[in-house]
Amino acid sequence: MTSLIEPFEEATRPPALTAELPVGRTRGWWGMVLFVTTEATLFATLLGSYFYLRFQYGPQWLPPGIAKPELLKPLIMTGVLLPSSLPVMWAERGIRKGQRWRLRIGLLATLIMGSTFLALQGMEYASKLKMFTIRTNVYGSLFYTITGFHGTHVTVGLLMVGWLLAAALRGSFGRRRHERVRLTAIYWHFVDLVWVGILFTVYLSTRL
Amino acid sequence: MSTVAQQPPAGAEARAQLEERLERHWGERPSLRSWFTTVDHKRIGRRYVVTAAVYFTLAGVEASALRTQLARPGQRLLSAEEYDQLFTLHGTAMIFLFATPMLFGFGNFLVPLMLGARDMAFPRLNAFGYWIFLFAGLIMFSSLLAGDAPDGGWFAYVPLTTRPHSPGIGLDVYALGLLFFGVSTTAGAINFIATALKLRAPGMSLNRMPVFVWAIVATSFMVIFALPPLNLANGLLFLDRRFGTHFFDVGRGGDVLLWQHLFWLFGHPDVYIIVIPALGIVSAILPTFARRGIAAYPLIVLSLVAIAIVSFGVWVHHMFATGLPRLSLSFFSAASLLITIPSGIQIFAWLATMWLGRVVVGVPMLFVLGFLVTFVLGGFTGVMFGLVTFDQQVTDSYFVVAHFHYVLFGGAVFPIIAGLYYWLPKMTGRMFNERLGRWAFALVFGGMNLTFFPMHVSGMLGMPRRVYTYPAGLGWDAWNLLSTVGVFVLAAGLLLVLGGLLYAIRRGRPAPDDPWGGDTLEWVASSPPRPYNFPVIPRVRSLHPAWDGRTAASLAELDSFRTLEEGRRTPVTSELDGRYEWAAEMPEESIRPFVTAVGLLVVVIGLLFRWYWVAGLGGLLAAGTIAGWLWPPERTPEEAAAS
Amino acid sequence: MLRAHRYVRLVFRAPPPVVTVGRRFPKGGGILRASRRVRPRYAAGAAVIAATVLSGCGGGSPSALDPAGPGARRVEGLWWLLFWISVGVFAVVLTGVGWALARRRRRGEVRRGDATRFVVVAGAILPFFVLTGVYGVGLDDMSALTNPPAGAEPVTVDVTGHKWWWEVRYPATGAVTANEIHVPAGTTVRLRLRTADVLHSFWVPQLMPKTDLIAGRINETWLRADKPGRYRGQCAEYCGLQHAHMAFMVVAQPKADFDAWLARLTGPAPAPATAAERRGLQVFEQGTCAACHTVRGTAARGTVGPDLSMVGARWSIGAGAAPNDAGHLGGWIANSQTVKPGNAMPPQPVPAADLPDLIAYLRSLR
Ligand code: HEA
Ligand code: HEA
Ligand code: HEC
Ligand code: CUA
Ligand SMILES: [Cu+2]
Repeated sequence: MTSLIEPFEEATRPPALTAELPVGRTRGWWGMVLFVTTEATLFATLLGSYFYLRFQYGPQWLPPGIAKPELLKPLIMTGVLLPSSLPVMWAERGIRKGQRWRLRIGLLATLIMGSTFLALQGMEYASKLKMFTIRTNVYGSLFYTITGFHGTHVTVGLLMVGWLLAAALRGSFGRRRHERVRLTAIYWHFVDLVWVGILFTVYLSTRL
Repeated sequence: MSTVAQQPPAGAEARAQLEERLERHWGERPSLRSWFTTVDHKRIGRRYVVTAAVYFTLAGVEASALRTQLARPGQRLLSAEEYDQLFTLHGTAMIFLFATPMLFGFGNFLVPLMLGARDMAFPRLNAFGYWIFLFAGLIMFSSLLAGDAPDGGWFAYVPLTTRPHSPGIGLDVYALGLLFFGVSTTAGAINFIATALKLRAPGMSLNRMPVFVWAIVATSFMVIFALPPLNLANGLLFLDRRFGTHFFDVGRGGDVLLWQHLFWLFGHPDVYIIVIPALGIVSAILPTFARRGIAAYPLIVLSLVAIAIVSFGVWVHHMFATGLPRLSLSFFSAASLLITIPSGIQIFAWLATMWLGRVVVGVPMLFVLGFLVTFVLGGFTGVMFGLVTFDQQVTDSYFVVAHFHYVLFGGAVFPIIAGLYYWLPKMTGRMFNERLGRWAFALVFGGMNLTFFPMHVSGMLGMPRRVYTYPAGLGWDAWNLLSTVGVFVLAAGLLLVLGGLLYAIRRGRPAPDDPWGGDTLEWVASSPPRPYNFPVIPRVRSLHPAWDGRTAASLAELDSFRTLEEGRRTPVTSELDGRYEWAAEMPEESIRPFVTAVGLLVVVIGLLFRWYWVAGLGGLLAAGTIAGWLWPPERTPEEAAAS
Repeated sequence: MLRAHRYVRLVFRAPPPVVTVGRRFPKGGGILRASRRVRPRYAAGAAVIAATVLSGCGGGSPSALDPAGPGARRVEGLWWLLFWISVGVFAVVLTGVGWALARRRRRGEVRRGDATRFVVVAGAILPFFVLTGVYGVGLDDMSALTNPPAGAEPVTVDVTGHKWWWEVRYPATGAVTANEIHVPAGTTVRLRLRTADVLHSFWVPQLMPKTDLIAGRINETWLRADKPGRYRGQCAEYCGLQHAHMAFMVVAQPKADFDAWLARLTGPAPAPATAAERRGLQVFEQGTCAACHTVRGTAARGTVGPDLSMVGARWSIGAGAAPNDAGHLGGWIANSQTVKPGNAMPPQPVPAADLPDLIAYLRSLR
């Protein structure tokens, strides 16, 4: 073939190795990263709206009758949620080496930690609802909307992890086939990280 | 070094076999089922175009009703209620249900073809996006039939749109409808970016990507960042209206300007989301009819990117009269002026292209010229608004209505019509009638200017917008009458466009593959393209692959890396320089996108009518379908062994 | 399908001819003729605007180009600057298009250049300088409009927007009226704007650009009329059903007249003089009217609707919905919903026998 000696050839043929194992980013990776980007923007505007409303409200935030939030419970929640990214990472590393047991155990650990977070959030709501509801005033609206929106994301993330775990138990993933693990991990890390922003906005910033 | 003469002619027999094998994997037998299951980007793209055209007609008919009411002072053809619903739905539909989807339709049809790929990166997501768009439009328009359409204007300022002032269901339709529609736009944007980054034909480095694709990519990035504020605003509005939260309720610590900030943080980028793909269409058509490559390609691409970025920093120019601090006004004023520069660059690049080439004035080119003239006029009034005091004088008057119709009709509709003519041969395999097209252009161009030019004057004479009637004797009567006459001329022209296109589709001559001598890859595919687009994926060597002998030669090499005839496959390349990475497996047709969209539709309807359990069922349907959709396929025995 | 020979041509030297299917392009080309038609049209458009403006627009048009005060005059100056710049740049663009079309049949090679330098200069650098200059002028205008010109002690007026009428208060004297703002000519008037419900916008094109009325905030602006005269204003922010009928009149008077008017508005409303008017007052006080309307010095102290102490002298009924004469007034009272559908005043069951007296009374309030 004449084309073999063309200088451009290498750009237009797969390098020998990659015929086997994909290198570079996949379509799925881009899809998930872009999705997470647009979600992150949504959270950013939501938290931005919190600060906007707070500064429009006047010097005395929180509104009268609402105590500054307790920090203990949210800090415990943080302690549960943030590390839940580690097992996912560990699981993803494992499946890249073909170790399915790591995948299964890691996902299970994440599932447990995430659910604990949601349970704690439920308790947090139970105590807050005695003080104010979403209809009390703009602070109540903000508090429940922001945390609730995040909680929904955790729930969706848990559904994804659970779904992944089911597929993992069935043996769907292996050394060469674990893209979905990677993508779910990206989403889960995002849900984790956003919590830090929420912790700061809803809880810590009221103490500044 | 490789000219065609040196290539051994590809064996006709081998080629026929190749095409037959590809056809087996990609071909769809026409059936009712395939109508719902197709994932072919060309069918989906055409659907987007047709559906958006239908919505355009509906919104245009609404506009004609508005204009008829305003023909003379004190008319009572429409009641205030009807007028308010009509203008709100006109604006909302034109922006959301016509302009963006129409351009996304072009994008869907063209991006894979221009990139030399066989489909979009996520074909099923693409189908899903279309169904959502269709349903969102149906919901919005059916609210008009039910007599309770949104009536808060297309930017739905609170507190007018909160429950105490708008108790009906209309604004729930608005908020939920736009949230629903946002799903479609976001899905489309992600798909375009992933396609443009990963599915370009081997050798098409980013600096060889056609301007149109660049425009779609820039637009998609804007969608990624601009839609969240709109979604947030509508979400909060819905919570306020339905669940009694207080985000916009000044009595309980809310703030009404929050809505305006969020809306325009979306709204301003959105107008460029509309115009940038249209500019991309111009950059595709104009060089073809100037018979040379586009001048200053890097500058054009840079200015598209610059517009996309700067447009996020100008939103307050829609709020110049709200009494914000002067410092912030002067900042946003400067940003608004700055954003003209990238537009200017493009205008002069097109002029240079025409000067350096030799212009042929076909019908698509006529519409492009119409675009140049009107868009520039609309741009100038935009610049005027950039100056705070002038804006405060004319904002919310008909002068603004004139501005945005010049940029929207001139800047988007002219290129869209040009694109319809230009790609009609590719989309349908038929040619249109030149002469009819010229008449249509004359009427559309004349009618458009007659409709919208007088609005500059009535605005300067103090006529506010969104009034369902006005008194005689304020100097507005004649200008309004002219405008109304204009819309009928315009409608006649658009009917001629539509008639010409329909006639072409039914009776037109068969189109050659490359009627215009275009430079991008869609012209090397057949007209209309085969389901797999290209029997051999081209190898791209320049910005103008269809004019490049070496690319042409590459189409004749039956190289198995680029024919990929086993299964549904297309090459995946690296993001920046377009190096071949691997061959991706593309999904087959599936009913799941349709079912998922129906699930979400049920959610929306359930929320709308407070049937929350129905909404829950819809959510389950959608989630369950998605879970099945993404379930990993069975492993092959080799894979099981390998892991 | 593949006709490879077509792709052999090299791009810049010999671009492929455009193949036309169907009719050939007509000789002498359509668009060139079209563009010749176009230019006069815009020229005509500009001329028409100019003519309209120079004639002062006559006939009581609230034209922004017929300014009657320093604020609007400043903006008018800015407009003409922008207008002529636009005309200039538009001429450049049109000439560019025309030139490309005119040269389209020339012979010889197509040029290879990329025109980058030209594009940068014409599309970025020149506009940058133009825009910087314009921006400077804009900043200047902005500060001019923020601070009213010095002069006599300003008068303060509080304006409150309602769906769909304007409440006007003079805090110095406590006088209240509606849909009509009297101001002394040649004096700066400070306006404090607020809204009772949704957003509205205060706009008197001949005097001053807009300022919005924002729920939960008080916005300030000012205006000044050079000469006595009547300047129509209208709500410019969409505020619902009757946004179209939310107009008002700024009445600029010589200082003495203004003072007299304000004094009259501050004291009790004129007492009924005839029997009919006395009977009308009775109907007014004892009927439903008093629940919503105030007439100073009577038992009517409602605040839902406009203050009617001087309604007889108003320029209109219902914020521009109908002329202020006996017939329309009667129609308004009987059923204002036919005149201004959706407004907040329900149809009034005034007995037919009482209506003329009521009208007579209201018309005497001036
Ligand atoms: C396709 C849509 C589109 C486009 C492209 C534009 C383009 C621009 N728009 Fe427009 N705009 C709208 C759609 C659009 N707009 C809509 C829908 C609204 C109203 C929303 C509503 O209220 O309902 C609006 C309203 C609007 C406002 C608010 C008005 C108000 O309500 O008070 C402002 C204020 O600054 C503005 C500015 C601009 C500017 C500076 C540009 C610039 O990008 C224009 C740049 C282009 C040029 C200037 C022409 C080419 C340049 C040259 C030839 C170079 C030389 C030029 C000079 C030196 C001047 N627009
Ligand atoms: C892309 C956007 C777009 C387009 C194309 C148009 C097109 C038109 N618009 Fe629209 N308009 C808006 C966006 C648009 N508008 C927006 C955003 C608003 C603000 C709304 C608000 O204030 O909230 C607005 C407001 C608006 C007003 C102000 C209402 C008010 O403030 O009271 C008016 C008044 O005249 C008007 C008129 C028209 C007319 C006559 C057309 C004509 O061009 C319509 C022509 C079309 C037809 C007559 C239909 C005929 C079509 C066919 C026969 C088939 C053709 C099909 C194909 C070619 C495929 N529009
Ligand atoms: C329920 C309250 C209500 C009652 C009762 C009522 N009005 Fe009104 N009235 C209004 C409101 C509100 C407006 C302003 C409507 C608008 O312009 O949008 C108004 C406007 C008017 C106007 C026009 C004022 C102007 O400046 O344009 C007149 C005159 C008037 N009312 C007279 C009467 C009379 C006479 C009665 C009794 C027979 C009456 N109203 C009873 C609420 C009321
Ligand atoms: Cu008040 Cu419009
Ligand atoms: Cu804008």
